Amino acid sequence: MKDNTHLIEVENLYMYFPVTAGVFQKRIADVKAVDGVSFYIKKGETLGLVGESGCGKTTTGRCILQLYEGIKGNVYFEGVNLANLKKEQMRKMRRNMQLIFQDPYASLDPRMTAGDIIGEPIKVHHLASGKEYREQVEELFRMVELEPSMAGRYPHEFSGGQRQRIGIARALAVRPKFIVCDEPVSALDVSIQAQIIILLEKLREEMGLTYLFIAHDLSVVRNISDRVAVMYLGKVVEITHSDELYANPLHPYTIALLSAVPIPDPKVDRTRKRIILKGDVPSPVNPPKGCRFNPRCQLAIDICREVEPELKLVGEEHWVSCHLVKGTGVTANPLVR
Amino acid sequence: MTTVVKNEKVLEVKNLRTYFYIQEGELKANDDLSYYVNKGESVAVVGESACGKSVSALSIMRLIPYPPGIIVGGEILFQGKDLMLATEAEMRHIRGNSIAMVFQEPTTSLNPVLTVKRQISESLELHRGMDKNESFQETVRLLKLVGIPDSEKRANDYPFQFSGGMQQRIMIAMALSCNPSLLICDEPTTSLDVTVQAQLLEIIDGLRERFGTSVITITHNLGIVARYVDRVNVMYAGKIVETATTEDLYANPCHPYTIGLLASVPRLDVSKKKSLRMIKGLPPNLAHLPGGCPFHPRCDWAMPKCRLEYPPLEKVGENHYRACFAELSKLKKQ
Repeated sequence: MKDNTHLIEVENLYMYFPVTAGVFQKRIADVKAVDGVSFYIKKGETLGLVGESGCGKTTTGRCILQLYEGIKGNVYFEGVNLANLKKEQMRKMRRNMQLIFQDPYASLDPRMTAGDIIGEPIKVHHLASGKEYREQVEELFRMVELEPSMAGRYPHEFSGGQRQRIGIARALAVRPKFIVCDEPVSALDVSIQAQIIILLEKLREEMGLTYLFIAHDLSVVRNISDRVAVMYLGKVVEITHSDELYANPLHPYTIALLSAVPIPDPKVDRTRKRIILKGDVPSPVNPPKGCRFNPRCQLAIDICREVEPELKLVGEEHWVSCHLVKGTGVTANPLVR
Repeated sequence: MTTVVKNEKVLEVKNLRTYFYIQEGELKANDDLSYYVNKGESVAVVGESACGKSVSALSIMRLIPYPPGIIVGGEILFQGKDLMLATEAEMRHIRGNSIAMVFQEPTTSLNPVLTVKRQISESLELHRGMDKNESFQETVRLLKLVGIPDSEKRANDYPFQFSGGMQQRIMIAMALSCNPSLLICDEPTTSLDVTVQAQLLEIIDGLRERFGTSVITITHNLGIVARYVDRVNVMYAGKIVETATTEDLYANPCHPYTIGLLASVPRLDVSKKKSLRMIKGLPPNLAHLPGGCPFHPRCDWAMPKCRLEYPPLEKVGENHYRACFAELSKLKKQ
């Protein structure tokens, strides 16, 4: 641990999923979902993680929670290296870190009542029983602004927004310090999205939580995050403060991504310059040589096709990996100060 | 955005009522719905899930499954002809030929066991009477038009060999195959990435400009609407609650639901410090609508009258109508 204001530190994280073929399931290639990612999350802050589908943002979130086998690299939680923990130790550690899922329809067991869903983590971790258990579950219902009298209902009796509240209450049941929110609002209606964002923000303040907020919607991320990391094909290409990213994006991918987001105001939106990226994201099995963005980048020069750029510091807590951006020459790795 | 709007109505929906009869009772998916599209114009129908916006599109195409659904009343005037009176054979001629539709999920809308070529050339051969060779040439041209590289080769591929964005391009190519005068896009970019969304919206808008096709975009995304649409119809619980030109709607929303909707959209150009506002409560179940104005339980300006009567559409400006009893001056104060 290099800094005790950091709750989470991720160091050179790699997660490859094997592609197999043939009768003997020979490993013929790897899907390089996360390919050398380093960042930190400070206590009490919300780090947004954005990128297009398939860029590895969900995998990064799950790697932090150690939900895969074969993760390479280190994840420190309050200074403890999770990679060194034994299975049983990791199980205990998971009390501190929880996950909120994207799809509130698929993530709740349809045969359990809302009360059981929310109370299950309390039982699993033996945190309370009897009267105390019931009180805690009731309290959780109130925290997410649901009626405790709804505890006997089944998931299908709730709307999407209410289900997402159940998912949030379940995550809060073990009083975690850190929550990975994986696209928590993208399946919801606009008016309900705002309700959930406001609820998450309220809970963070009241309970002193730290979030990793994964989303593809940059407007949502801007609204909730203190800092934002932009991912492309398994790598972080830019990371900085939220306001700085939107005011002064430096990586060509970030610039294109921001320009593609519509702004709900015709006067503003129709005067903005829009950069239309060509084609799709390349396959993470065979990422392009050099800078991974070079085939779609309008500014690419020779060096971009040959040499992979490193993250370099360009301003206060602002890192970019692009050959065209001049660094301050201080350091390349965001973990090293 | 259109530069020239000719005031020639391609489609006019008048007092459309599409009801579904289900176990819970009568579900009024479209209740007294009216809107129109001019030639070469781009119009949006905006609303949250289950407000009846997709049903209105299916009603225009006369694709409402019966039972449980049925168009109880109203007129659908397409190029002056009432589609409600058209026979099934006439409708088959209109669908795909004069009115085409792009659906939300390209993955489920394309047939997985047929090549792209087969699927696009089907309507070319049926509606435009082309032979195999002609239809292949035309398919390749259409795929080029929507920006699919190497289209001659890729025409022989199956849908699964394309990404989501590419599949949606194929859907658009298919919709355009017979030069329709009206294109209905039902949530065309909802499941796609922003970068792909931008690509597709540019394509649709470019085609509208080039061929003078009228476009109805059905969406919940107020961001898409701002850039590409001339007029907006806001729907809530099966009814149009406000309609205005795009500039007017964003600058001067006059219905509490529109005001709430605009305030609850997170904006890229607004920093975290300015907090979001939300609309309280949940969208209503169409089978159990509250009496009076269906928005009153969620409305900050609701009055006793709102619980009893449904407010009629009133004119608040040029081409700007809303259905609300609350005084305009009061709405503006907040």
